[in-house]
Amino acid sequence: MVHRLVLRNLLHRPLRTLLTILAVAVEVTMIVLMVGVSEGLLTESLRRTRGVGADILIRPQISSAAIGGADISARLPSMLQDRYPLITQAMGATVFTPGNLQTITGVDWDQLDAMSGGVVLFEGRPYEAPFEAVVDEVYARQEEITVGQAVELMGRDFDVVGICETGKMSRVFIPLETMSDLQGWQGRFSQVYIKVAEGSDIRALIDELRELIPNRSVDSVEDFLALTATSVRQMSSQFVNIIISIAVSIGFIVVMLAMYTAVLERTREIGILKAIGASKLMIGSILMRETLILSVAGIACGYGLSVVGRELVSIRYPLIPVIFVPEWLAGAAVLTVIGSALGAGYPAWKAASADPCETLSYE
Amino acid sequence: MTTNTERPLIRIRDLRKVYRFGSVDVPALRGVSMDVQAGEFVALLGPSGSGKSTLFHIVGGMLAPTGGSVEIDGVRLESLSDAQRTELRKSKVGFVFQRFNLLPTLTAEENIRIAQHIAGRAGKDEGHFEELVRILGIRHRMRHKPSTLSGGEQQRVAIARALVNRPPILLADEPTGNLDSENSLVVLEVLKTLNRDFGQTVMMITHNPDAAQECAARVLHMRDGRISEPRRD
Ligand SMILES: Nc1ncnc2c1ncn2[C@@H]1O[C@H](COP(=O)(O)OP(=O)(O)O)[C@@H](O)[C@H]1O
Ligand SMILES: [Mg+2]
Repeated sequence: MVHRLVLRNLLHRPLRTLLTILAVAVEVTMIVLMVGVSEGLLTESLRRTRGVGADILIRPQISSAAIGGADISARLPSMLQDRYPLITQAMGATVFTPGNLQTITGVDWDQLDAMSGGVVLFEGRPYEAPFEAVVDEVYARQEEITVGQAVELMGRDFDVVGICETGKMSRVFIPLETMSDLQGWQGRFSQVYIKVAEGSDIRALIDELRELIPNRSVDSVEDFLALTATSVRQMSSQFVNIIISIAVSIGFIVVMLAMYTAVLERTREIGILKAIGASKLMIGSILMRETLILSVAGIACGYGLSVVGRELVSIRYPLIPVIFVPEWLAGAAVLTVIGSALGAGYPAWKAASADPCETLSYE
Repeated sequence: MTTNTERPLIRIRDLRKVYRFGSVDVPALRGVSMDVQAGEFVALLGPSGSGKSTLFHIVGGMLAPTGGSVEIDGVRLESLSDAQRTELRKSKVGFVFQRFNLLPTLTAEENIRIAQHIAGRAGKDEGHFEELVRILGIRHRMRHKPSTLSGGEQQRVAIARALVNRPPILLADEPTGNLDSENSLVVLEVLKTLNRDFGQTVMMITHNPDAAQECAARVLHMRDGRISEPRRD
């Protein structure tokens, strides 16, 4: 019976109910998409690094691979390969990061092709001339580029000669020498990728390399990926947390306002319920049940909106991948329920402690 | 007939209530004493503001008195906690108000059922429910929302709600105050029947001296927070 009262109350003001559900849904969507984009960007970037197929990564110290610059001697790869027979391939690359955070990579295509076990070209061919470029299919979709078109990179026009699969090192590739010429990086690499023979002792090799070149960071690719994941998550979590707090605050305020107006317009009904013996707990729980229903409906709509949002992002911004993190789908729901319950707390308390005489005696 | 040796159902002694408006004290009851025996129909007449509703709210456990004592069915009211007073409203008294005070989103039947539910008596005492609905003549209106019922029908639903848990006392605060004369007669007739045929104890506030004389065995007058009981006959 009380359940029926709760439902009727919600249906009695359909617009208020819908708006509250919508606000909660937006709250959930904000959290899910925010976490999803941050996780998606990270995962994508890690996937590309893993896609190179290397076992060991050598970087300048401190600076991370994502930051541009090149100060590793270009002679290092061949020197290492000569010295350690178990190294089957050592490959240098230069990385330039323009303002839009899309890195441009200078690399020898044949070397990359060999190390990664083959980069599929969907269209066209690898670059052969200095001002030719290969882009991955996602970048091509985002920028609406086809083979034969020109793209402007670092202030110069490059002919796009090939479109490759995504997930191998970078989204935009240009010849190593062109990058060196344009950036003045002759004789230097940003990073060096090393592949070793099957079954070699990677740890031992890393230890030796660290002694050999103490002023460089030498890590296994797996360690590097884990390290990057942790530090990027730490950095982005602060920003993500701010967005989540804003989202939860919006839900809190909207639910509080909705329940507060509900209590105000229902003083008489609340008085009646009290007069016929309803306890404070019961009055409060009616409000809380309404809130719970609004929250659950909002969370369900929020999940739906998130899926729609992810599709829209993938159509409009293919470079921004959205990954739904299961823990955060649950986390968004929990935060939303807590925020809503807190928002309904004051109105519910106000209703529970209302004086029935005052509401009933005056005509 | 009741005798003086029987313990009264309601026993009120020197009851006082002062409302406080900031620093201003408004005395509403200035020492009310009265007994009501089980099975009585008592009418309370008196000008507006004389303290009638205040008396009912205290007897009904909705308001704490400032002084004096009220005993209902052996329970002393002034010492009750909030929760105990809630309990009293569930089990000892049924309220009927001038405004019909039905929950607008529930049907007539649901309005009655929710009182059963609150008292923890849902599904029990179906026979009583059916009998009330029959006596009050509202069976055919059970599925209707209050807004589609006439004033008299709404008030009869409110009476059914007040009595569905078999409270020993029915308190009716100007139950015909918002009704036309035809509907008033129906409601008064119902209250009379409930008292006469089912022994329901009724206390009723009214503005209408004729109605009071017609229904009640005893008519009390209230003025300035005090009761004067005129001699009958
Ligand atoms: N909740 C309240 N707060 C303050 N004063 C009140 C309140 N209820 C009633 N009063 C005052 O108490 C007096 C008695 O009121 P009431 O019991 O409603 O009288 P009646 O029902 O006979 O019209 C009046 O002066 C009224 O203004
Ligand atoms: Mg009154």
